[in-house]
Amino acid sequence: MNPQKLRLGLILAAAGMLLALVLPLSGEAAMSLSIWPIGVALTVGAALLFVAGAWRGGAWAVAFGLMGVLCGVATTLALLRDPAIAGSAASGFWIMVAAVWLGAALCVMQLATMRPRSELARRALNMVIPLLFGAVVFYLWEVGIRGFGVSPVILPAPSAAAARFAASLPTLETDFVQTFVRGVLIGYVIGCGAGLLVAIVAQRFSFLGRGLLPLGNFFSALPLVGVAPIMVMWFGFDWPSKAAVVVLVTFFPMLVNSLAGLAAAGHMERDLMRSYGADHRQMLMKLYLPAALPFIFNALKINATLALIGAIVAEFFGTPTQGIGFRISTEAGRMAIDMVWAEIALAAIAGMAFYGLVALAERATTFWHSSYRT
Amino acid sequence: MTNSALALPASGAGPLRHHPLVLRYAPIATIVLALIAIWYVAALLMNWSLVRDGFEREETPYTVSDVIAGTMSAERPLLPAPHQVISAFADSVFGYAPTAPRSLVYHAVVTLSATLLGFLLGSLFGIALALMIVHSAVLEKSLLPWIICSQMVPILALAPIFVVVLGALGLHGLLPKSIISAYLCFFPVTVGMVKGFTSPDPMQLDLMRTWSATPRQVLSKLRWPSAVPYLFASLKVAISISLIGAIVAELPTGGEAGIGARLLAGSYYGQTIQIWAALLAAAVLASGLIGLVDLAEKITGIRMGARP
Repeated sequence: MNPQKLRLGLILAAAGMLLALVLPLSGEAAMSLSIWPIGVALTVGAALLFVAGAWRGGAWAVAFGLMGVLCGVATTLALLRDPAIAGSAASGFWIMVAAVWLGAALCVMQLATMRPRSELARRALNMVIPLLFGAVVFYLWEVGIRGFGVSPVILPAPSAAAARFAASLPTLETDFVQTFVRGVLIGYVIGCGAGLLVAIVAQRFSFLGRGLLPLGNFFSALPLVGVAPIMVMWFGFDWPSKAAVVVLVTFFPMLVNSLAGLAAAGHMERDLMRSYGADHRQMLMKLYLPAALPFIFNALKINATLALIGAIVAEFFGTPTQGIGFRISTEAGRMAIDMVWAEIALAAIAGMAFYGLVALAERATTFWHSSYRT
Repeated sequence: MTNSALALPASGAGPLRHHPLVLRYAPIATIVLALIAIWYVAALLMNWSLVRDGFEREETPYTVSDVIAGTMSAERPLLPAPHQVISAFADSVFGYAPTAPRSLVYHAVVTLSATLLGFLLGSLFGIALALMIVHSAVLEKSLLPWIICSQMVPILALAPIFVVVLGALGLHGLLPKSIISAYLCFFPVTVGMVKGFTSPDPMQLDLMRTWSATPRQVLSKLRWPSAVPYLFASLKVAISISLIGAIVAELPTGGEAGIGARLLAGSYYGQTIQIWAALLAAAVLASGLIGLVDLAEKITGIRMGARP
């Protein structure tokens, strides 16, 4: 990024911080920062750090800038604890937030242009940039909600959702066990296993394969979660009906991908196996299945998300009084939106962890594939 | 596939068994027929005790054939036979005026309009986001990981909140549902289009640079055309997700109309045949929409000079 622009931006941010000292902080009570010495110190410190960053430029600008941003964040969050500011923040407060945002954005931009020489540093940088970006988004969300006094019914502040998350861990745990461990995992294993088995059989008898592939493609595009009410009718309110939906939702992507994968072994390799006199079982174990692994893992990754969605949606049609989907729909009906967001955070964490585990297993078993060799 | 396409004009020659159409469709037809047969047997088995208990409760003498006939025409079967579903589907499609609330066409149109609006909004947003990401290294490094991460999150779980929140803001009807659809379908479009826009190889980009093309010209003459296959691949995913989103969004609202509302009402009142008919309608919608995208892809391909 242009060093001139970086300097200008940082000086603007510093000016914003200093401006916040004189402008009114609250729309209701006539108060300014000058009555709170620690706040003044932090604000001036942030401004000085921004100026220092502008003066040094380059990588130092990022270091100084981030420290300034931290000071600004601390000040604004501390100010929000004052009931006169929360809900009726005025120009001084928003200028400070804007300055913090500008400083953080400049740091992210500067980081994105850096090209560290070592592999490790590059990887760390690729982690840090999105994390920083996410932190800024969460900060703006928090400050915006609390500063404008948005009703928690519409959108709770992330801190409120996090507090609710921490306060209702036992509930979340029973919901997690009900939805994820029972519904998702069991259904996922059965659905993916069945898909793979049928694909192996279909690969043996090509007539079956030619019939199943287009049908599988067709079915995997259908809104299969719609069968949830039928499954609830057949298997009752508890987890078996959720697992059944998950089985159905995960089966077809697995079938289609495995069929494609089992056909991925090259002619040369097949001929070689045949010339070794390998029987079908040996061909399957030593050639077809290993060659199909990348495709199978692709399906496993797609299914990780689909399974969670299927289980949660199935819970909208009736559950015993636990489960992520049940909790989301009842708490949304009671306008307890912070609990809903806590459940969503739970679902998000579970989904990402599940996906991450599958991706790790993929790395461990298909390290030989060309997409991992560089 | 190419062989059968080449052999198509010479149809009629050779035994019917080796006709390319037979080779292609015979397996599918066999499996579909087998599935229907399995369905009938399953309907027989699953409804058996239900029907038999009904006879015993009324204390009427019955024979096995009575029970079999009963399983095929039960009013609230555990699993309706295929012909029951088809006749219920045909009944609710053709039996009522398209504007009547009992007509499946009415519900399908409600869901379809939410799906299409959401698909349009989501695809446009997805393409715009992809354009921004391709043109800004900062966004690529900071935003793209989040977009990829968000694909692992069960976003559909957000549907009820969205409906509640937008309802609190005074938005009812079509818009909340289409926003959910849009939210669901912009991810595949963004990811696919980023891949598509970056698919021209460096040589081609260098060539554009030697012609001193502006970024806008590079976009319109090189990046867009090479992104078209990716565009249609992701649009196909997006439209089926968009339909799922619209249907699921109709669940938590207890929506008055739409296929999702039909499913929910059917499950409340134990109207199994109605549920299956609604599912059939969803399947018809999904295949029709994907067929349309397919058609658009073919037409675009021909316009761009692709040889079939």
